[in-house]
Amino acid sequence: MSPLVEIRSVSKVYVRGKQKLEVLHHVNLDIGKGDFLALMGPSGSGKTTLLNLIGGLDSPTEGTLTVAEKRIDRLGQSELARWRASNVGFVFQFYNLLPMLSAARNVELPLLLTKLPAAKRRSHAAIALELVGLADRASHKPGELSGGQQQRVAIARAIVSDPTLLVCDEPTGDLDRQSAVEVLTLLQRLNRDHGKTIVMVTHDPKAAEYASHTLHLDKGTLVEAAAAAESPS
Amino acid sequence: MLMKVLGWLPWILTAAVLLACANGQVRSVAQVGISTLRQRLGAASVVVVGIAGVVGVLVALLAMAQGFQATLQETGSNDTAIVLRSGSQTEINSALDHAATVVIGDEPQVQHDAQGRPIASPELVVVASLPKKGSSTDANVEVRGIGQDAWALRTRVRMVSGRRFTPGLRELIVGARAAKEFEHTELGSKIDLGGQPWTVVGVFDSGDEHDSELWGDADVVASAYRRGDGRNSVTVRLKSPQQLDAFKAALASDPRFKVDASTTLDYYSRQSDLLTRTIRILGTTVAIIMAIGAIFGALNTMYAAVASRTREIATLRAMGFRGGPVVVSVLIETLLLAIAGGVIGAVIAWALFDHYTASTLGANFSQVVFEFRVTPALLAGGLKWALAIGLVGGLFPALRAARMPVTEGLREL
Amino acid sequence: MKYLSLIWSTLFRRKTRTLFTIFSVIAAFLLFGLLDSVRGAFANVGHNVAGASRLITISKQSLVVSLPTSLLMRIQAVPGVSAVTYANWFGGYYQEPKNQLVTEAVPQNYFTLYPEFVLPAAELRSFHDVRTGAIVGQSLAQRFNWKLGDKIPIQATIFPQKGGSNTWMFDIVGIYHVSDPNLKAEENQLYFNWDYFDQATQFGGGTAGWYIERVAQPKQADRVARAIDAISANSDHETKTQSEDAFTAAFVSQFADIGLIVGSIMGAVFFTLILLTGNTMAQAVRERIPELAILKTIGFSNRSVLSLVLAESVLLLAIGGAVGLAIAAVAVSGIRAKLGPQIPMLPVGTQAWLRGVALMIAIGLVVGALPARRGMRLRIVDALSGR
Repeated sequence: MSPLVEIRSVSKVYVRGKQKLEVLHHVNLDIGKGDFLALMGPSGSGKTTLLNLIGGLDSPTEGTLTVAEKRIDRLGQSELARWRASNVGFVFQFYNLLPMLSAARNVELPLLLTKLPAAKRRSHAAIALELVGLADRASHKPGELSGGQQQRVAIARAIVSDPTLLVCDEPTGDLDRQSAVEVLTLLQRLNRDHGKTIVMVTHDPKAAEYASHTLHLDKGTLVEAAAAAESPS
Repeated sequence: MLMKVLGWLPWILTAAVLLACANGQVRSVAQVGISTLRQRLGAASVVVVGIAGVVGVLVALLAMAQGFQATLQETGSNDTAIVLRSGSQTEINSALDHAATVVIGDEPQVQHDAQGRPIASPELVVVASLPKKGSSTDANVEVRGIGQDAWALRTRVRMVSGRRFTPGLRELIVGARAAKEFEHTELGSKIDLGGQPWTVVGVFDSGDEHDSELWGDADVVASAYRRGDGRNSVTVRLKSPQQLDAFKAALASDPRFKVDASTTLDYYSRQSDLLTRTIRILGTTVAIIMAIGAIFGALNTMYAAVASRTREIATLRAMGFRGGPVVVSVLIETLLLAIAGGVIGAVIAWALFDHYTASTLGANFSQVVFEFRVTPALLAGGLKWALAIGLVGGLFPALRAARMPVTEGLREL
Repeated sequence: MKYLSLIWSTLFRRKTRTLFTIFSVIAAFLLFGLLDSVRGAFANVGHNVAGASRLITISKQSLVVSLPTSLLMRIQAVPGVSAVTYANWFGGYYQEPKNQLVTEAVPQNYFTLYPEFVLPAAELRSFHDVRTGAIVGQSLAQRFNWKLGDKIPIQATIFPQKGGSNTWMFDIVGIYHVSDPNLKAEENQLYFNWDYFDQATQFGGGTAGWYIERVAQPKQADRVARAIDAISANSDHETKTQSEDAFTAAFVSQFADIGLIVGSIMGAVFFTLILLTGNTMAQAVRERIPELAILKTIGFSNRSVLSLVLAESVLLLAIGGAVGLAIAAVAVSGIRAKLGPQIPMLPVGTQAWLRGVALMIAIGLVVGALPARRGMRLRIVDALSGR
């Protein structure tokens, strides 16, 4: 079975004024369907850049990037947008919920891009909120939720349109220990019980333990590490 | 009375605010605000332009009213009286027969000239059609038929070019404003009156509403319009302004005719009443509505300004600066913007509209040409509006800044 | 319109700021409604369907010079003229000099040429029967509370009666109304019998002030007008005939260039409005760059983001504009009810709303253009990392 994500010889170069900054050097990577991959590395190692490429937020300068047998390095901006809508769910460090919408409406956002009627959209959003255990907070605004709860709403939003891939950038970076455990357990459950493929960038080794594989990036190249041991339940 | 007090309020409050600059605390807080102004140019321009708009429109409209009123008021004086048929109110509606005009001139209150003749001018007023310069449609122009006695009465008139018309001939002299406004008014041009060609032989200037008229010999005009020896009005010079009542009484006691007499000042002022009042009401209404819009714009800008400076203000207050200087400093900032807007609006109105020529339909159913007058009083009034808007728009944000709990502001750090 | 709730929440995120901006928009469109109503009243004088087939004939010398009544037969004989009548200006005021009236003495067939003046046939018959009968417009009657059967005295300003009195008594036998709301200003006249005028006036009788003709085919209007003027060529009463439209347009233009005045004021108002709302939108978008980036990560295309911002600014203008115009509509009907003919104003009707909506959309687009472009162009990666 071919991997879900195939990264071949991908490089990313940023040009800032006269300076050229090569953030990724010829990275090669396969991510299988149903994988839960953690990407670790010091700051400046390029892990967020790699994540952005996998999630279709940016295009590589060189190399090919194939997700679910689609060459996304070839797609233009608006095609990428369309691709992202149906293939990727994002979870960010700072939750990035829209502050003036309720939790339910935040979760519903990605569905606005589909042709689903309003009733269907609302029921899908309710299911997603149920899945993350926040059905009783559906009408609360982000300001009325704790950090952990907001992140779980963000995860609900990320999965509501049933994407191929879940991309998480430091999802527990802004949370206390307790909330971080809740979020990571949720991600693990999504991966094991629902088969969601997850790529997670983190600098916290304890967070990486929840993943099934961990890879290290340093100065733009991958350093393989042994698969993480089974995480404590 | 209340209006007078309200009228002075913006000046007083502004002066108070500016005087407060003497206080060191006020100056320091104000400096914080003014230095950040450059960063918020967009928001600041909202206040300035909004207020400039209000002041510009207000001054322009009031200048229109002022100009029209001035032109008409200057036409009259209180030692000359105009006599019309009872109930007519304007010359064009009035009709007096020849006998009446003689009797009116003979009244004892009328001044006599060096030769002992009464300074009384029976005049004919008719309307002719002439195209306005730059237009193809005709407009009504007033033609006044005067006799030789008119010159003794109308001492302000001087010939700007050409000469006076010759009695008995179809010759016209054209008022300076009419010459600017209408076609066919150059020396030597021919104008059709009553089916006959008349020649323009001179241009006159009398510094008032008569500059919009064409003058010719009354007898010739009368025959062109088949008016016989009747006239529309008689204008007389009174021996003194105090003689008016006696004059009116003498006219009223004559059973042969029914006439109304009033000073020319009264008569012409009344003509401008309706229009100037309408324009002033229109101008003030428009300005009030625009001012409301400007006030909300100012509120937005100043609330944002205060919000962006929460940290600085909280720090200053934690250090011991009191609420009062904060309020005043915000007001100073708003007032500076308001003054800028007021000055810009006033300058634009003055540059574009002072002496701008316009014309409208006057009481005699013909064009009265006048110029907008942007007077210093008007400019001061406009500036006052600017200050008032600034004070209202700055007050609430200022109070908010002063009342903000210090700890809340510091927490932003 | 599934995006409507999203746009609405975004707009009211900063409630106070949005509300204040909306108030400014309301003020601008309130002014627009009021001034447009005045402009429309002046512009629409004489623009009506019936008027398209009417000509006005006046003395070539000027409007204040009368014409002989003998012209009636001769004009009637001109090919293309299907009906002709005349009228004399009377003027006058009611009770106080400030209540100046539009009063005309007209012959019996006058109203056949003015079908837009609607009144019951019985009242028209009374006009024929009662010598001192008067037909008044509904707006005029409402202003002074006149009812059918009232006897009203009008003070003459030009034409005293033969005995010397300035007071003319009339019986109100008919009240006409105008259906077209754009022509409501035409309900302010008082018409009385020309015969009564001719008999009772001290002078000015036996003449016609001006003639009104109906042409069978409006396309032939110019030819007919020239033919009418040809009748009196080289006489001592030369005439000038033109379409009613041209006549009233020339008349109105003598009063003031209302269009220019209103246009200038509204130009200043909308200029300041654009600056004001533009500033609000620019601020709003600047604050929301991260949120717009989120939308893009979710999969909203660049164009969607552009549309969302534009929709927001148009909605801002639309809310304020609609409220402002509505207030103007109420204000105008109030002013018209109280002050009537003294201030010519059209009711705020469909055309005004259409113009208003077009302006709201146009200004909304202009104001939102730059912020929308900024939102559209943001680079997700930069925006998310705070650069």
